Amino acid sequence: MKNAVELKNINFSFNTPCGEHFVLKDISFSVKEGEFISVAGPSGCGKSTLLSIISGLLKSSEGSVKIYDGFKCGYMLQKDYLFEWRNIFSNACLGAEINGNITEETKQYALSLFEKYGLKDYINSRPSALSGGMRQRVALIRTLVPKPDILLLDEPFSALDYQTRLEVCDEISQIIKNEGKTAIMVTHDISEAISVSDRVFVLSKIPAIIKSEHIIDISHSPSRRDDPRFREYFNAIWKELKDNE
Amino acid sequence: MNEPSTRQKQYLHSIKKRRICIMLCRNSIILSFIVLWQFCSQKGIVDSFIFSSPKEIVLSAVDMTLNSRLLFHTAVTACETIAGFILGTFIGTGTAIILWWNSFLNDIVDPYLVVLNSIPKTALAPIIIVWVGNNISAIIAVALLTSVIVSIMNILTAFNETDKDMIKLIYTLGGNKKDVLFKVILPANVPAIMNALKVNTGLSFIGTIIGEMLVAKYGLGYLIIYGSQIFRLDIVLLSVVILALLSTFLYKAIMKLEKKINSKII
Repeated sequence: MKNAVELKNINFSFNTPCGEHFVLKDISFSVKEGEFISVAGPSGCGKSTLLSIISGLLKSSEGSVKIYDGFKCGYMLQKDYLFEWRNIFSNACLGAEINGNITEETKQYALSLFEKYGLKDYINSRPSALSGGMRQRVALIRTLVPKPDILLLDEPFSALDYQTRLEVCDEISQIIKNEGKTAIMVTHDISEAISVSDRVFVLSKIPAIIKSEHIIDISHSPSRRDDPRFREYFNAIWKELKDNE
Repeated sequence: MNEPSTRQKQYLHSIKKRRICIMLCRNSIILSFIVLWQFCSQKGIVDSFIFSSPKEIVLSAVDMTLNSRLLFHTAVTACETIAGFILGTFIGTGTAIILWWNSFLNDIVDPYLVVLNSIPKTALAPIIIVWVGNNISAIIAVALLTSVIVSIMNILTAFNETDKDMIKLIYTLGGNKKDVLFKVILPANVPAIMNALKVNTGLSFIGTIIGEMLVAKYGLGYLIIYGSQIFRLDIVLLSVVILALLSTFLYKAIMKLEKKINSKII
């Protein structure tokens, strides 16, 4: 299977009047098409920076990012940031609107996503009328409408309360698998990383290097959290993160 | 629906009672003030030549409406003020957009804005009148000047405090700075702009009155100066009362507009 994303020796540093700050050091990995990988690490270790570099919002100081020809990235942020001055439907179409291709076809595609994920009745509502979990699903639809091939998820569930988080996490990872997307998620939540991904990379604190790679070999049904090996993975990753300090 | 409980009824009754009490107290203050004033000036307790009296004010209101174009003076002041605060808000928003867009320029002009903001703008009124000329545009310019700097600063602060991640969202969706401006900065800050409009009403009244006092041949500011020069305190006080009514009316009108805009976009 082809590689959707290939990172080679990524270094990232930035300058302030107080000095030069090294954030990422020699990060290399590749992600196959359709794979779901997670990057776990302590907070402030440059996880979000890594996503920004993959998406092209930031330029790495050294190294290269290779995205498979013609593949597009979609980005999902920690909070939903649905605009209160737009209704749900026009929030979801924001990306298409910005790219200037708000055609009948895009609108139909957006509608079909709303229908598929049970939000069709809310397309004319204001964001404030929706619950946290629903809003996060709308944010995912907004990311999906421009039809990205690779999804970059920046702690997409951390703004939700615990119970909603479990539900939405399962739901959204299911949606991403259904749509056959490649996904890279950064998170500091170990159980979240294990329950959705095929592989988990653990980063050290800054300047961050990849400390280890875990291949999560548990079936998705019924639920990964019920499998005894879940704890083993959890403890192993947790120990690595703790050793950082 | 169920019959409300006794406690609920008591509660509703108590808020109604409170509302009526407040209204009675409010109205009785102004009524007793007017009655006391009239009484004192009639009995000679206060000198009605320098304090005037409610009766004289009403009489001169009627007289001036018929003979000296009181409505015209009021309309002139209203138009100058409205022109002042609408221009102030537009120019303020426009300048804030330019400074938000260009942070280099922003850093350069920042100390100038701070200085311009702290000098009393009314001190500049005579200069403006010399430059612009002895006419209505000078008064509008003074009204504009009193409000525009504050608007720029308030709106710019609001722009710069817009959630950074909302801006990041636009970039993740492939947008550029123009998209950030039109999709996030402007719509997210409609409340701040409306707020500037409200502040500008008051400020632009100050500018207008100062301008009229200095140069005009019409307007309430002119009437105040003219009345005090010929010792017709009834004219002065009448103008002040009309000013109070006018500014309340404008403020209410802007609140209405704000509500309408809010219900449309939020």
